Amino acid sequence: MITRRALAAGLPLAAVVAPAVQANTAPQRGTGDLGLVIERAAGSVLVVETTGRSILGRVEGLGDLSHASVVFSRDERFGYVFGRDGGLTKVDLLDRRIDRRIVQGGNAIGGAISDDGSLVAVSNYEPGGVRVFDAATLDLVADVPAVSGNAARSKTVGLVDIPGRAFVYTLYDAGEIWRLELPKNASPKITKLTNVGKLPYDANVTTDGRHYYAGLFGEDGVVHVDLWQEPLKATRVLDGYGRGEAPLPVYKMPHFEGWGATQGALFLPAVGRDELIVIDNATLQEAGRVATHGQPVFAVARPDGRHVWVNFAHPKNGVVEVVDTLSLKVIRTLQPGPAVLHLEFTPRGHEVWVSARDSDAVIVYDSRTFEEVARLPAGKPSGIFFTHRAHLIGR
Amino acid sequence: MLTGLSLSCLAGAAGADPQHRSRLADLVVQECGSCHGLTLRGGLGRPLTPEALADRPADLVRDIILDGLPGTPMPPWRPLLSEGDAALIADMLKNGDLP
Repeated sequence: MITRRALAAGLPLAAVVAPAVQANTAPQRGTGDLGLVIERAAGSVLVVETTGRSILGRVEGLGDLSHASVVFSRDERFGYVFGRDGGLTKVDLLDRRIDRRIVQGGNAIGGAISDDGSLVAVSNYEPGGVRVFDAATLDLVADVPAVSGNAARSKTVGLVDIPGRAFVYTLYDAGEIWRLELPKNASPKITKLTNVGKLPYDANVTTDGRHYYAGLFGEDGVVHVDLWQEPLKATRVLDGYGRGEAPLPVYKMPHFEGWGATQGALFLPAVGRDELIVIDNATLQEAGRVATHGQPVFAVARPDGRHVWVNFAHPKNGVVEVVDTLSLKVIRTLQPGPAVLHLEFTPRGHEVWVSARDSDAVIVYDSRTFEEVARLPAGKPSGIFFTHRAHLIGR
Repeated sequence: MLTGLSLSCLAGAAGADPQHRSRLADLVVQECGSCHGLTLRGGLGRPLTPEALADRPADLVRDIILDGLPGTPMPPWRPLLSEGDAALIADMLKNGDLP
């Protein structure tokens, strides 16, 4: 029906009719309940929605997605997928297609998006360093080789965004932590913390952007940087926390991404031990330990912080444990299927999606009753990433 | 001490039956792939392609699999794999004989 207003405005008939037809074939929807599931072996991602718990479609052609991760644009329409082979793919979640894709390095490990949504940074193993791209066009904005003194280029890990168009990351080989600031209309600025420890293998920042923690593989301990205090300083905390005497062989490196953050405490996977270690953010001291089924890989807090869900390294990776953050006890053990690789909560935590690689399935649990509420087919699924990460610092 | 798991692996490796081989190949791609990349072109760990291993004798590769590389994240797989399995994996890697 042509409205009087359209006629009064003198619009041609077609201009009024065309949008209505389009709206009928592709109904509008929001993106706040969408996400991407990595299909590790096939190099594809599933676009999923968490309200009806369904798969909306599959996007293919993203390259080697072992250890892939995703960050989202501020409007939650686009996911930036970081592939192992250096691929950076901008996926349109609404149209379910690749918007842009570049291969920016030889071997990459992850990335981050700046607080204003304009810059996407990628952490590279080969060539070691960080490259920063325009989030809209994926054009190169800055190339920052991780070169320390006379040493060779370092692999970079633990790349996170912090407020103020800035990123923090860690040099694995050199044992350094760098802050890279990219102010608008001014030169980039790098602040380097050297000799922080041996082989820092992963790192993360609290969601207030204040506490950056890096786990060490080459020695016992965790490195802490308080990003609110200038000049920046790296402090060793939890000496002897992890590997200690006769550590167990580590068949899968634990991840700091998705550590359990709750009530001022962090639940970190111990390296080479069957336990989580609790750090008090105020005192930077150990506040307790939680004995677990195996060596934890991810310890993910339910968004309210009441529980932490944990998965484990090979060969004990068929189990998920739920830890009560008040009693520091395991209160529930779930068996989603062999090779549980990742878990992701819905924005306010009512449900949690768990990828079970060797079952070719993603299993959705009610996070209060622990009942399985859905099971979705996915080819060798690994990481699960929901769009609300777009609005979290460091995620 | 040999566990039930490694005993059965040994028996399998001796015959190298196709099913056992494919289980081992799966382990290499999925578990080794966590650090070395699904395509074994490297990650936190070195590349394990035939070219990258060209100057490493198969028995050295086998021993690194079994005993790891102290001071690096490469763990000893001896608790999970028999010597026969490790030798088979070393051959698969050197020959690029993986899916």
